[in-house]
Amino acid sequence: MGMTSIEKILAGHSNRREVKPGDVVVVDVDVAVFFDWMRPDVVRIADPDRLVLLHDHQVPAPTIAAANNARQMREFVEKFGVKNYFPVGAHGICHVLVAQEGFALPGKILANADSHTCSSGALNCLARGVGPSEMTYILCKGQTWFMVGPTTRVNLEGELPQRVYPRDVIHFIPGHYGDFAGRNLEWHGDGLTNIAMDGRLTMATISAELSAEFSLFPYDSVLEAYLQGRAKWPFEPVSPDPDAHYDQVIDIDLSSLEPQVVLPGKVAWNSRPVREVAGQKIDQAFIGSCANGRLSDFAIAAEIVKGRQVAPGTRFIVTPGSQAILLEAVRAGYVETLMQAGAVVTSSTCGACYGGHMGLLADEEVCITASTRNFQGRMGSPKAKVFMGSPATVAASAVSGVITDPRDL
Amino acid sequence: MASTFKGRVWKFGDDINTDLIIPGFALYLAPDEQPRHCFSANRPGWVNEMQRGDVLVAGRNFGVGSARPIGDVLLRLGISGIVAESFNGLGLRNCINVGLPVLPCKGIVDAFEEGDIAEVNWTTGAVHNLTKGTTLQGQPVPKALQDIVAAGGVEAVLRKEGYLASR
Repeated sequence: MGMTSIEKILAGHSNRREVKPGDVVVVDVDVAVFFDWMRPDVVRIADPDRLVLLHDHQVPAPTIAAANNARQMREFVEKFGVKNYFPVGAHGICHVLVAQEGFALPGKILANADSHTCSSGALNCLARGVGPSEMTYILCKGQTWFMVGPTTRVNLEGELPQRVYPRDVIHFIPGHYGDFAGRNLEWHGDGLTNIAMDGRLTMATISAELSAEFSLFPYDSVLEAYLQGRAKWPFEPVSPDPDAHYDQVIDIDLSSLEPQVVLPGKVAWNSRPVREVAGQKIDQAFIGSCANGRLSDFAIAAEIVKGRQVAPGTRFIVTPGSQAILLEAVRAGYVETLMQAGAVVTSSTCGACYGGHMGLLADEEVCITASTRNFQGRMGSPKAKVFMGSPATVAASAVSGVITDPRDL
Repeated sequence: MASTFKGRVWKFGDDINTDLIIPGFALYLAPDEQPRHCFSANRPGWVNEMQRGDVLVAGRNFGVGSARPIGDVLLRLGISGIVAESFNGLGLRNCINVGLPVLPCKGIVDAFEEGDIAEVNWTTGAVHNLTKGTTLQGQPVPKALQDIVAAGGVEAVLRKEGYLASR
């Protein structure tokens, strides 16, 4: 029987001719990513050249403990001779950096102790978030285990309407199909040609919120162009066998979609068209994270707020995915436009998204965010409420002071 | 490690996420300080009511969310095992890889009231409600993963093989 793209990568990395749902495989991990700190008690490691080390959740260090952790990471870099290290100044959110710097590549397996590692699935790279203990195991042994799950094939056709974005697509799906716990997602269809890399990275990132095991996009001309001059290593793209088995197929006509928000608390079965919650007062609007801190997100936000002002009583915070993106956004004039409108543009960090620093919510406050999670307590007080929307929905809401369908502005 | 765990049941719903188990503000506390904030947002005071050896019973998609070490925190609290309708893949990994037994089991939520005593064989999948005298059958994780749990998690393996400095 033929294999899906995901099954092929798992088979290739476990020295098997074939894998099928239900199998447990031990795979070689090609790239291991670490952020913010390294354990000091590791004696020997598998291969320093497969490591990428960087600072993102706590950068620049917001606490003394974080500063000490950062120092520990620099000591690790020195001790083991790690070449791929991004110090403060070259920093960025891990999933943004590994794509931007050409470490996440087609056909490879990438692991990182952060749940949104599936982001690199946009690059035809089998990438997964794992836990801290498991990451130590990968650091030492260069291997880990994966369970092969059944795969859902999502076929995207057509083109998104004005002011509807890939972020709306990845909100629509769990709203209509629930979670994908234990399952994989593979993205196919002609509609993909109309979705640029930034949008694919958003969709792959938010696949974590759908509880998918892996989320994989195909290697096509869009990805090929993106990797040109960027790829750090040789790579072999993967595509499914013609007779690959998908036990669920979802067909989506992109032209039929409208802007979607996810209501506070959870993602599965919790999406609504923006118009159904329009008028909900907000205290904070946020655009950033590994999901939406990219240049096109800045472009959308700047276009919407240009000539307008952030509504009185509302805070609008925008955080770039990397230093490089911030520099591009400055050069393109997006940062100036956002600041003139009254927005705060921060340094690159995961800060506000995980409720760490740079924009936490107070009790009873309401936020609309284009970041990664809407869980209770996620962005600050457990008494705050977090809605999720596309960067356009967030920017439109920021200038209105209430949740706003970007088509109505 | 024994192939069964037995204890008093605490019931939780669907989509129990990592941020409820380890709130963001607790993430950077010392490992032994994190557990007392477990479920503080959705069930304040629970950590004072629960006892070592208790069992978690949950609905669909248990452990959805981040890579936070949920298994480690639940082990420190003394939870002896988790039975859920289904698990998020990362949540499942973060229990197995630290040696916390888990069992996916359809129908578990309806089979138990809070406070019932559960006896669970996580290797065969047999679940007994000792309070009601009923049984049901779960879907145990594959043998290779049971072996990781039985070994006490992946760090125990690394320590044994000399990858980590001795404490």
